[in-house]
Amino acid sequence: MDNELTNPEIPVPDELQSAVTITSLDRIYNWGRRSSIWPMVFGLACCAIEMICTAASRFDIARFGMEVFRATPRQADLMIVSGTVTKKMAPLIVRLFNQMPEPKYVLAMGACASGGGPFKDGYNVVSGIDKFLPVDVYVPGCPPTPQALLHGLIKLQQKIDNQSIKAVRWYGQQTSEAVPLPVLGPDLLDPRQHALLAQQAGQPNETAEPGEA
Amino acid sequence: MAAQEIGAAPSEQTAVADPIVSRFEGALRPDERKGYEGYIVAAEGLPEVATGLRDELGYDYLSSVTGVDYLDGGQLEVVYHAYQTSGGPALNLKVQVDRENPVLPSLVSVYPGADFQEREIFDMYGVRFEGHPNLRRILMWDGFAGHPLRKDWREAYYEEENKPFDSRWPTGDVRRSEAANRFGKNVIYPAGFDFENWTPESDESLYASLNKVGSNGKTLQTDSLVVNMGPQHPSTHGVFRMVVALDGETITDLQPVMGYLHRSHEKIGERNTFLQNMPYTDRLDYLSSMGNNLGYALAVEKLMGVQVPERAEYLRVLMAELTRVSNHMWAIGFLLNDMGAFQTPALYAIRARELILDVFEATAGSRMMCNYMRFGGVARDLPETLRDENTLDFISDLAHNRLPAAIDELDRFLTGNEIVRARCIGVGVLPAEKAIAYSAAGPLLRASGVPYDLRRAEPYSIYDRLDFKVCTRSNGDVYDRYVIRIDEMRESVKICQQALRDMPAKGEIFSRKPQYNVRVPEGESYGRVENPKGELGYYVVSTGKTNPYRYHVRAPSFINLTVLGEMCKGHKVADAVVILGSIDIVLGEVDR
Repeated sequence: MDNELTNPEIPVPDELQSAVTITSLDRIYNWGRRSSIWPMVFGLACCAIEMICTAASRFDIARFGMEVFRATPRQADLMIVSGTVTKKMAPLIVRLFNQMPEPKYVLAMGACASGGGPFKDGYNVVSGIDKFLPVDVYVPGCPPTPQALLHGLIKLQQKIDNQSIKAVRWYGQQTSEAVPLPVLGPDLLDPRQHALLAQQAGQPNETAEPGEA
Repeated sequence: MAAQEIGAAPSEQTAVADPIVSRFEGALRPDERKGYEGYIVAAEGLPEVATGLRDELGYDYLSSVTGVDYLDGGQLEVVYHAYQTSGGPALNLKVQVDRENPVLPSLVSVYPGADFQEREIFDMYGVRFEGHPNLRRILMWDGFAGHPLRKDWREAYYEEENKPFDSRWPTGDVRRSEAANRFGKNVIYPAGFDFENWTPESDESLYASLNKVGSNGKTLQTDSLVVNMGPQHPSTHGVFRMVVALDGETITDLQPVMGYLHRSHEKIGERNTFLQNMPYTDRLDYLSSMGNNLGYALAVEKLMGVQVPERAEYLRVLMAELTRVSNHMWAIGFLLNDMGAFQTPALYAIRARELILDVFEATAGSRMMCNYMRFGGVARDLPETLRDENTLDFISDLAHNRLPAAIDELDRFLTGNEIVRARCIGVGVLPAEKAIAYSAAGPLLRASGVPYDLRRAEPYSIYDRLDFKVCTRSNGDVYDRYVIRIDEMRESVKICQQALRDMPAKGEIFSRKPQYNVRVPEGESYGRVENPKGELGYYVVSTGKTNPYRYHVRAPSFINLTVLGEMCKGHKVADAVVILGSIDIVLGEVDR
């Protein structure tokens, strides 16, 4: 058995070492999950090319059990947001995230997905996917090299390792809430800012106090 | 130097000008602004002039249509660049129209390739083209407030007209744009927008515009339906959407819907300094950043009138041709993906690409976003060693052995392959006349039998000294578009070998004093290169400052998509995927 799993505090007789392991439920549950994270086939921009290179033979994402890219969000565990999130695309990304089953993770790959990147000033650009979705790992770079993406994925595995089945939200009492879809109006409308929008939309920006929002 | 260059242009122009001015007496006049070329046409005479140019003078290929907002003059200008497919320089037409009520006749009936470009101008500047068959927004969504490229339109994170912004230069303070926005986001709403009583635009009108009646005689009862493919779909090479009207399984109409990766490239480009745009060009067609750099460098160099040292020219060509090989490898690999051979052929195809990326990384510092060219040369010389080998030996081995072997391998596996032939031959046929009319470019045009390659038709850099042939094929189907990429890779390898042989061993790589800000003389220029995906053009207008007044990209992927609907009609859905794959689009460039 994989010695990553064995709890060294509880001895296993030598003759059973190859067949038996004693471990905690959390550890085997997390070990299983983190060794078969299925990402969604979801390329947004330039970073998607490096994501494909990471999956290709030279860098070989299969070493981490992540080579099973799924084209449907219903079968995916991980959304790698690989590229610039535009306003026109934002409602669709949020919808895809809502369609993924729990447990689900989001990795923001590259400068654009993390905070808008070089295109942050653009009128059709969302400054980072974390404006809408909970991000687990940020990978800097423009684009991040395949090595950087692999490092980010290893960080995600470490995060999974530290989760406990007792505390995770998807086994809790409440079902997880869907993220409200942004709407394309005269500009991108975020339903969570409904009150602020109703009150202040249409007023010029200059009068806003910095930091007010 | 710069002044001479600009002074020389109009005298050339007048020699050519006479027959055109006399032919269209009264309808056009030469553009006499300083640093400008071409003719200004009166709006009402435009279709007649365009028809005459196309039919009588042989300007059959409309390369680029774009707008410029001359705020001070209160006018919008639409700029057309037309070429002869037999080769030669551009014919540059301009039409001026009042900013307040911009209406122009559409040229779609003369040059169908103007279709998407006119829609883009409508979207970005609000110019209404009368007679356009489907005038709706193309990059932004229906219902978006304003026309973003107008000079008086300000984005939500607006700070100043031009970079460098005072918040960052010279003191280097940190400013978070979010903090200055009342919603904490990159959003801005028009005055008086009523959030409570408002309904979003739906796609109903888009669906209604599709032709849902098949022309085939019905022996089988079929339903007509509309299917959305994308923007999240594994076959669309990114965030591209096709709205397909089907009769049974046969496509009766297909509308590309784009803008899902519209990153405001041109608006940002007009805020940037000239040099700051160089790394942004990398991110247009992110599979061939070296080629993008070259096109932009040529456009600005034309305005500045600078010379490029010999060794830098060779380095540029070497890098551009390596880019072509790596791009075509990728295109072929993913064309096979689209045919259903999921991933395996792609893995073979992009194996050799990694070697090319190693050269780029060692030379320019980045695998994909090379940011390598400068106005007047290149940024860095080749390094001494690469992967513990002498760099020249490494590249030479690549050009003489490893790349030809990789190309032969693809050729051996795929060209005669029964499934590839069955899926590709006779699918998505594009006849030569139609390819020219729709402004198709690159492998798409040449696979239809038109020997139009800018490296020969209007040679730039040192291509006139190199020995290579312009590959063409005659059928214009998906199979020819695949084979022509194999052919072009072979020619590119040949060019690389010659460049390595003839490159001066030592020498300058940059002709000017390195500086952050370059002042570019007044005028306009259109620089274009034969990028792997087709003709990549940059239209730059300078007012003599360090920032471009207008910065437009003629993106080959975007314009090649104009003909996609035509090519797909009558085929099955699965064929549409392969036809799209054979055009080889990159969304960074389609949407910009």
